[in-house]
Amino acid sequence: MLVIECPWCGKRDQTEFSCHGEAHIARPLNTEELSEEEWGNYVFFRSNTKGVHYERWVHDHGCRRWFNVARNTHSDHIYGSYKPGEAAPTIDAPDTPEAKS
Amino acid sequence: MGDQQSDVVNGGEKDVTIKTTSPAYNRQRIEGDNTLIELPWIGKINLRGNAENKRFIEKVAAVVGCALPVEANTQEQHKSITVFWLGPDEWLIHCEIDAVAELMEKIKSDLSSIHHAVTDVSDYYTVLQLQGPDVTALLRKGCPLDLHPEVFKSSHCTQTRFGHASVLLHKLDKSTFNIQIRWSYTEYLWDYLVSAMDAIDR
Repeated sequence: MLVIECPWCGKRDQTEFSCHGEAHIARPLNTEELSEEEWGNYVFFRSNTKGVHYERWVHDHGCRRWFNVARNTHSDHIYGSYKPGEAAPTIDAPDTPEAKS
Repeated sequence: MGDQQSDVVNGGEKDVTIKTTSPAYNRQRIEGDNTLIELPWIGKINLRGNAENKRFIEKVAAVVGCALPVEANTQEQHKSITVFWLGPDEWLIHCEIDAVAELMEKIKSDLSSIHHAVTDVSDYYTVLQLQGPDVTALLRKGCPLDLHPEVFKSSHCTQTRFGHASVLLHKLDKSTFNIQIRWSYTEYLWDYLVSAMDAIDR
């Protein structure tokens, strides 16, 4: 079980939250000019990172606010959370082994 | 419990009586070391606004009679009014059920030039009161919150989870908690707590 820090309410159990995928995906502004492939990339394709991953969470059972979490997808280590609109923190992740090619 | 209020509403040609029934009307009151009751119907007003706008904070404080809590998980009280912090731009006001309409109007008129939203949610929730020496152990049966008295202190309030239901927990003192829950989840919460009591008594 993870302990996640809501930027407003403080540290809470994971079961109060739900995760909604990768963060910092901006909707294209030139929507009328997008090709089907570009739309597909925006709607469906995600990075599937091994290591530090920035993702969107919502505090469903608490203040019901959205925020971002930096989490290691390999170790489940949570580095921290930050409010929407804030820049993603830079994180060195020594606890992720090198991906074998 | 039972009928909480009878209102006569003008329904066109003849008056229609609408009875509001407690959501826990068919549940037996729990007494013993630990007690569980449903509190008489409380008026509830949801308020949204910008906490960084000083005028908003001041105007609301003037209407409700106490400061608007801007710190997370806190509440403020003045006479029969309690204001709970729900989120960075959201509050819940508890007041007497008969005072709701007047308070709503006062907030609307005093905040008319300030961006805000005010909603009567009196019918949406009900409040149960759990009291006794084992309240913390009982709440731990369904709530993941750290309820240690050094962490969650008397007068603290917070929204959290109990079982599958979202609740607003308000700690009045070390042996008394008010639990605000959605009307339709009341029987679920009630039965969950009664089962928890059975498990603790054994």
